[in-house]
Amino acid sequence: MDLTISVIVGFMILGALYAIHARDLLSSVIACSLVGYSLVICFLLLKAPDLAIVQIVVDTITLIIMVAVVLDSSREESFSKFDTQGYISALTAIFLGLMLLYFYTVSIQSLDVLGKSSLRMAKHYIEGAAQKTGSANLVTGVVFDFRGYDTMGEAVVLVTAVLGVLTILRIKGKK
Amino acid sequence: MKGMTIIVKKTTQLIAGMVFMYGIYVIVHGHLTPGGGFAGGVIMAGSLILITLVNGGDFLKLIKEESGTTIIESLATILVITIAVSGFLFGTKIFFNNFLPKGIVGHLISAGVLPLYNIFVGTEVAASIFIIFLSLIIFKEESKE
Repeated sequence: MDLTISVIVGFMILGALYAIHARDLLSSVIACSLVGYSLVICFLLLKAPDLAIVQIVVDTITLIIMVAVVLDSSREESFSKFDTQGYISALTAIFLGLMLLYFYTVSIQSLDVLGKSSLRMAKHYIEGAAQKTGSANLVTGVVFDFRGYDTMGEAVVLVTAVLGVLTILRIKGKK
Repeated sequence: MKGMTIIVKKTTQLIAGMVFMYGIYVIVHGHLTPGGGFAGGVIMAGSLILITLVNGGDFLKLIKEESGTTIIESLATILVITIAVSGFLFGTKIFFNNFLPKGIVGHLISAGVLPLYNIFVGTEVAASIFIIFLSLIIFKEESKE
């Protein structure tokens, strides 16, 4: 199974690279969604159907909105000249990438193998969640009962995002 | 916004209701099978987006629809927080208390208040994503004038 996931992740990297370099913006958007749909297969192989459902639905909606935006504006990428600010941005990106690589190699040494976590809380959830919350789906039991504050925060974050969108997109109200 | 051709419209009339029902199924069975409030809400929003994209609609109708959806979203969020706070009234005095009887694990009506959370969070997510989509369309119509 490790080999399958590695092949799919390599496919995702190819899709992401193509999305950067594509001339046509429509094919770039579709290559972006390749990353999302491959992630769905990864989630299914790692036995996380809840995440897979959310990922496939959100990815489809995002693809629809992005395709609508691309078809409405323009399909050609606009190039700007490479000036001093571009060099500073490139240097910052390379520096951040090296830092991320360093901290990744430091932190990976104290992590467990993928899918073989041995957290004390996780064992407690798996053993007692069905009896304590009465829900057959353990994920719902954890999300709405043990971690209720997190879920309320997510719901409120969505409301705040909608408020932000409505505030920015109202050009009539600003006048 | 202009609609699409009559073939697409007829096909959408057949499909959109089923997609909406599937979203309701995913939400209501959230405590039994994979899925739940977030996934089902986005499926419901998808069917609403499908109807809006295919049928189109003039400017005033879209704005009316948007203001109605905003009220539904706010009410659903308030209801989620109300259920969470009402845990203070029964039994152990804690936030997010599961105060209703648990029932038998695996039955449709079980797990206390978890299905209620699922239903209201699902409504809220569906309304939020539909509002974002509608406001993008209204922005496009406004900037044309």
